[in-house]
Amino acid sequence: MDGEGQTKKFMFVNRKVPYGTVYALESLEVVLISAAFDQDVSLAFVDDGVYQLKNGQSTDGIGMKNFSPTYKALGDYDINKLYVEKESLEERGLSLDDLMELTYEDEDDDWAEKTSIILVSREELAEVMDQQDVLISS
Amino acid sequence: MATISVEGKDIEVDEEGYLVTLADWVPEVAKVMSEIDEIELTDEHWDILNFLREYYEEYQIAPAVRVLTKAVAKKLGKDKGNSKYLYQLFPYGPGKQACKFAGLPKPTGCV
Repeated sequence: MDGEGQTKKFMFVNRKVPYGTVYALESLEVVLISAAFDQDVSLAFVDDGVYQLKNGQSTDGIGMKNFSPTYKALGDYDINKLYVEKESLEERGLSLDDLMELTYEDEDDDWAEKTSIILVSREELAEVMDQQDVLISS
Repeated sequence: MATISVEGKDIEVDEEGYLVTLADWVPEVAKVMSEIDEIELTDEHWDILNFLREYYEEYQIAPAVRVLTKAVAKKLGKDKGNSKYLYQLFPYGPGKQACKFAGLPKPTGCV
């Protein structure tokens, strides 16, 4: 095995709506678990995956747990690179204002609170993906 | 299914002693569970249990120990937000044991 103890770049790509299937929730759980291994973890939200970050979610009436508040804990887990694809938002009539406020505290900047959401174009996201060691899509 | 007896009522717990239904939790649940684990709950224990319940309420997850430690340090001070202090209170692990007493599921990522 090469690079024992080495940090790898992991990106979790989310493409599906949060409810109706278990993909979004399961992926989020894997992300939280991965945080224990001190890797360089980022998330990408494309296609219907952008709905996972929609503010004001309510699961009343569908009998599923509203797990959207859990995304707000990602900052505590030092996961603070959430790439959101601009075109996917626009195609759905959404903008950054429609998403939850997701922040982290920057240890290297006197714990200043900063946004974790990084708005990128399709082209820019492709470049970021290209830099990853591991891509996990759901 | 195993149960524990709380205020004359049988409450379901899983094979590791965690509540099956989170809504079953009342403070007495923590007392009964701590007696099973032979721990006497003090105000210091309750600080952590209340903190965990608030964290779950806000984020819908039980935090990993590392996250719990950091968050407790921020909220209750560094003398409480360190693993030595937390392990003194909860010898079976602040993640596992405190979450169990607080009626939360086992922390995500805890095996």
